Amino acid sequence: MGGQDAGPICDDQHDFSLWEKRVDALMILCSGKGYFTVDGLRRALEDMGEAAFEDMSYYERWIAAINQNLIEKGAYSLEELGAKMAEVQVRGQTYGEASLGE
Amino acid sequence: MPHDHHDHLSPSGHPYRADDDTALSYWQSMEIAVRELLLEKSITTPAEIAAQIDAMDARSPANGAALVARAWCDPDFKERLLKDGSAASRELGFDVGPMLLIAVENTANIHNIIVCTLCSCYPRNLLGLPPDWYKSRAYRSRTVKEPRKVLSEFGVALPEGTHIRVHDSTADMRYVVIPARPNGTDKMSESELAKLVTRDSMIGTGLPKTVSA
Repeated sequence: MGGQDAGPICDDQHDFSLWEKRVDALMILCSGKGYFTVDGLRRALEDMGEAAFEDMSYYERWIAAINQNLIEKGAYSLEELGAKMAEVQVRGQTYGEASLGE
Repeated sequence: MPHDHHDHLSPSGHPYRADDDTALSYWQSMEIAVRELLLEKSITTPAEIAAQIDAMDARSPANGAALVARAWCDPDFKERLLKDGSAASRELGFDVGPMLLIAVENTANIHNIIVCTLCSCYPRNLLGLPPDWYKSRAYRSRTVKEPRKVLSEFGVALPEGTHIRVHDSTADMRYVVIPARPNGTDKMSESELAKLVTRDSMIGTGLPKTVSA
């Protein structure tokens, strides 16, 4: 990344949406509780490969890295995650509906 | 809330990211699932998550500006800040956690600029959440390679003779730039001075506001 060629720096700015703030909060809370370190997150991010840095947004990469570390640490299993995501995805079309209005 | 707006602009006038206008994304469903699993297993609570988000929203560049203004007014404080940024920040009530905070000072000949080529390490406790461009591939790639050109795109033109120092943050280390105090501010109070200190001037992609003589 550092030192590579790249286009102009885009100064668009968006307000962080609720789900992004939640990802950030989960990252800080779980690292504070010893579920992972910054290095553990970093490793998961690096393992995603270069394409993830083009195709995924910032907080998409973070939730993927947080999830991987939590599973590795045994906070929950891959099966539990799969079942929960399937349950979430049939709740509704939008984030608000899927998050049960929370 | 993001999902029930009508005009595609947030209350502060910024466009919402496209994500919020479209169907639930895979990654959003993962965030919901991870959060609910953590709650079910009593690893965290809704109150903890809410408090964390509130704390995040409360942090702003005003914290960093207060720090810079103090350094401008109090030479002893500036010396402590340059020696141990984390300890000096704590004096003002800004805890930077276990991270090492390094304050770098702009002078007549030296201009500092900070970047995180790895991801987005940023002195959040002093400046709040990083702006989108700080996290962008373009800023992270180019700042270490052609800082002068990057600075010019931010409207900062430095004299030829000015040395530019680029500081690459790491997971354990955060930088903050102490910009040079603008001329003609000798009579200003610390709180007046803090108003001159912009977020970008503490990243190094900007300069403090100037005062008309």
